[in-house]
Amino acid sequence: MKVRIHVSLKPGVLDPQGRAVHHALEGLGFSGVDDVRVGRLIELDVADDTSQAQLEEMCRKLLANTVIENFRIETMEAAR
Amino acid sequence: MTFRGAVITFPGSNCDRDMAVALEKVSGAPALRVWHGETELPERLDFIAVPGGFSYGDYLRCGAIASRSPIMRAVVGAAERGVPVLGVCNGFQVLTESGLLPGALMRNAQLNFICRTVPLRVENNQSLFTAGYDRGQEIALPVAHHDGNYFADEDTLDRLEGEGRVAFRYLDTCNGSRRDIAGILNAAGNVLGLMPHPERAIEPDHGGSDGRMLFESAVKGLVAA
Repeated sequence: MKVRIHVSLKPGVLDPQGRAVHHALEGLGFSGVDDVRVGRLIELDVADDTSQAQLEEMCRKLLANTVIENFRIETMEAAR
Repeated sequence: MTFRGAVITFPGSNCDRDMAVALEKVSGAPALRVWHGETELPERLDFIAVPGGFSYGDYLRCGAIASRSPIMRAVVGAAERGVPVLGVCNGFQVLTESGLLPGALMRNAQLNFICRTVPLRVENNQSLFTAGYDRGQEIALPVAHHDGNYFADEDTLDRLEGEGRVAFRYLDTCNGSRRDIAGILNAAGNVLGLMPHPERAIEPDHGGSDGRMLFESAVKGLVAA
C-alpha cells in the first residue's frame, strides 16, 4: 500500500523558504500569487494491513514535528 | 572527586571533539565519548554534552533522527533523573526534538547560514551553567548555523520568560528567533540548549574566552555538590 504524508508548517509559523520562493516567482513576472508555503511530501510503501493509527503514530513520533508542523495522511488505493 | 563528563557523538557531529577538549581543559578530567548506537551511558555521570554538527546529515529535520537514536533514550532518562545536559547548536535541536526542551529550531529567517561572533546577554545566572556570569552581563560567542531560528508559541514563550528560563538572548537579531532567544533551560534547570558555541570560546588564542565560564560554572557547581 502506498501512503503519502503531507507535512506543512502550521498557519502562523513564518516560512522563510516560502517567502523566498514567493519573491522569486514575483521576479519571474508571475503576478497574483498571494502566498507560498513550502512543505514536504513523504511517500511510504507499507504493508496493506498498516492501520491509520500506526501511520499517525509514525507522523507524530518522527515524520512531523507537531510543535511547528501539521501532517495529512493520504492512502493510495492499490492498483487492482 | 573526579568530574565525569560525557560527549555524545552522532554520525555527522563535528563539534564533539571541541566539546570534549573544553570539558577536559576546564575540569582536568578526561571526557568520556559515547557513540549514538549505544543504549546505555557510562555510570555516575556528572555532565552530558550533546554537541553541534549535522547529525544524520540533517535529513528529515535538524536533530530529528538523532533524537530518536538509541543513546538519546538514555540521555532523556538521565536528564529526567537530574543529570545536567548541555546541548549546543545541533545539540539544542536534538534536545527540542527529543522533548527535553520546548519549541523548535527553524530555518534562519534570512535563509542564510550565519557564521560569526555575536553579542549575547546573560539573562539568568541562577542555573548550574550560568552561575559564574553576572545577570545582564554581555558576552560574545561564535554562532555557525542555518537553522537557529527559535520558535515557540506565545504561551510557551511567556512561560519561559516568567519562569526565568531564557538563559541567553541575542543583542542583535541574527536569525529571527522569537524574542531573540539564544538559549533556554528546562523547568528543573538541569538542561540547557543554546545555539552559540561556548566550547569554541574557552581560550583567548581562539578568538575569545567568554564560553569558558559556562563550563567552569558547571564543573565547580558539580564538584562542590
